[in-house]
Amino acid sequence: MDEKSGPERGVGRMDLIHDHPILEFSHGEKITFTFDGNSMEGHEGEPIAMALHANGVRVYRETAEKHRPRGFFCAIGKCSSCFMVVDGVPNVRTCITPLKAGMKVETQHGKGKVFEGAE
Amino acid sequence: MKRLETEILVIGGGAAGLSAAAEAAAAGAKVMILESDLHLGGQLVKQTHKFFGSKDEYAGTRGFKIADILLKEMESCKENIEIHTNTTVTGYYSEDDTFTAMRDEDEFFTIKADRAIVATGAQERLIPFVNNDLPGVYGAGAVQTIMNVYGVVPGKRVLMVGAGNIGLIVSYQLMQAGVEVAAIVEAAPKVGGYWVHAAKVRRMGVPILLRHSIKRALGDEIITGAMITELNERFEPVGEEKKIDCDVICIAVGLTPTTEILSQAGCEMMYVPELCGNVARRDSSMQTSNPKFFTAGDASGIEEASAAMVEGRVAGLSALKSLGYPTEHGRLEEYWGRLQALRSGEAGKRICQGLTCVLTEDWEAVHNG
Ligand SMILES: Cc1cc2nc3c(=O)[nH]c(=O)nc-3n(C[C@H](O)[C@H](O)[C@H](O)COP(=O)(O)OP(=O)(O)OC[C@H]3O[C@@H](n4cnc5c(N)ncnc54)[C@H](O)[C@@H]3O)c2cc1C
Repeated sequence: MDEKSGPERGVGRMDLIHDHPILEFSHGEKITFTFDGNSMEGHEGEPIAMALHANGVRVYRETAEKHRPRGFFCAIGKCSSCFMVVDGVPNVRTCITPLKAGMKVETQHGKGKVFEGAE
Repeated sequence: MKRLETEILVIGGGAAGLSAAAEAAAAGAKVMILESDLHLGGQLVKQTHKFFGSKDEYAGTRGFKIADILLKEMESCKENIEIHTNTTVTGYYSEDDTFTAMRDEDEFFTIKADRAIVATGAQERLIPFVNNDLPGVYGAGAVQTIMNVYGVVPGKRVLMVGAGNIGLIVSYQLMQAGVEVAAIVEAAPKVGGYWVHAAKVRRMGVPILLRHSIKRALGDEIITGAMITELNERFEPVGEEKKIDCDVICIAVGLTPTTEILSQAGCEMMYVPELCGNVARRDSSMQTSNPKFFTAGDASGIEEASAAMVEGRVAGLSALKSLGYPTEHGRLEEYWGRLQALRSGEAGKRICQGLTCVLTEDWEAVHNG
């Protein structure tokens, strides 16, 4: 399949299921966040990884030694595949961490840098 | 650091954990449920199909509605139940008899509990093939989470690996969500899941390729396709490779119990192939070799939600009893009767074989040699 055929990135292009024979989806409030500096839309309170996926983002981090791309795999917080840097904090399990307005989500390279933010 | 206390700590809020909590809280015990996901229900909330099993365990009801039934039951004794979602139990320190937990990614606290019920469910298995680490190779549970819980389109065209019940059901669910399923490959010479599920996907035009497996995934950054081959009786690849166009490869080759906390608590563990992995030895009250710890559901062996719910009730009841709460006479026997009925079919035979290995009659007898 054509690698470029995914939905275009950017605000307002979430790839969501609209007509389902059994399920009705009630989403959280629409908010914006950034992924590697690009502004995107997502639903507040739903996992970060889901919002990224809906925006066509598949690669969440790059491994330390072989620089292999990683996306999500288990989506229940057990496998570490979807670790990303969120608001400066590395190794965040994006598949079960809720999205908040204005979050700064970044691709994680390697093991990530120890968070040095203020607190 | 904040420290919480409870009588009965239930780790995992799926079918087993919720049933355990409901059983124990109804009798007056203080229960705390810790669930790492953002909501309760575990695997149940992802299931859109009507369940098999028995009437007592809501056969004929769709999975996500069963979760609602359990949550409603808990409502009636909610003053005894404290619930923390988005909270993962990260460890148990036996020297200090303390659990550590984390809410979100940055709030840490400890918990003291008189009893613990470990109902942590299972995790997905993966099989080896070239590029199986590329984004787009997703566990079946992950595909269900993204489409059935959050309503996000998982991909355009999916290759399903595995024709057990999960592979068949998720294929059907993908089509319900408007996603094309290119094919289902299955290494075994026959479909592992129930016939009705297989018939449904076949009717919708999805080929089920028996004696076939995936050899490698294609793509540099993300999945662009897969190469599959036929297998001979010894499961070796034969014949020419065939290319399947797909952007998602869904892995449905089985689950394995999640048991780290039981190991940390020093519970005697045992590898039981019929139960799909390492599980805690227990007696018929679901009590492990560490008398403070009970186990139930997929964490105690991969089975079905129906059995997980009854095991949860057994664990809840036993934890109550061991704390000195009065319990109804004959209740445990009634639950075991239900378990036996659920395990009376073809699939149940395997489970029963596994159970004969891990079930001990009486811990005291074991410990006193
Ligand atoms: C596609 C599919 C179809 C199925 N169809 C059927 C069917 O028709 N009939 C049937 O009876 N069964 C069916 N099942 C099986 C059924 O869903 C499971 O057997 C059942 O949900 C197991 O319940 P559980 O409570 O043991 O585990 P789970 O439902 O997996 O719940 C475990 C919970 O523990 C949480 N957890 C794990 N670790 C931690 C931790 N350290 N701290 C805090 N929380 C933690 C998890 O987030 C999870 O919510 C199906 C399963 C699948 C995947």
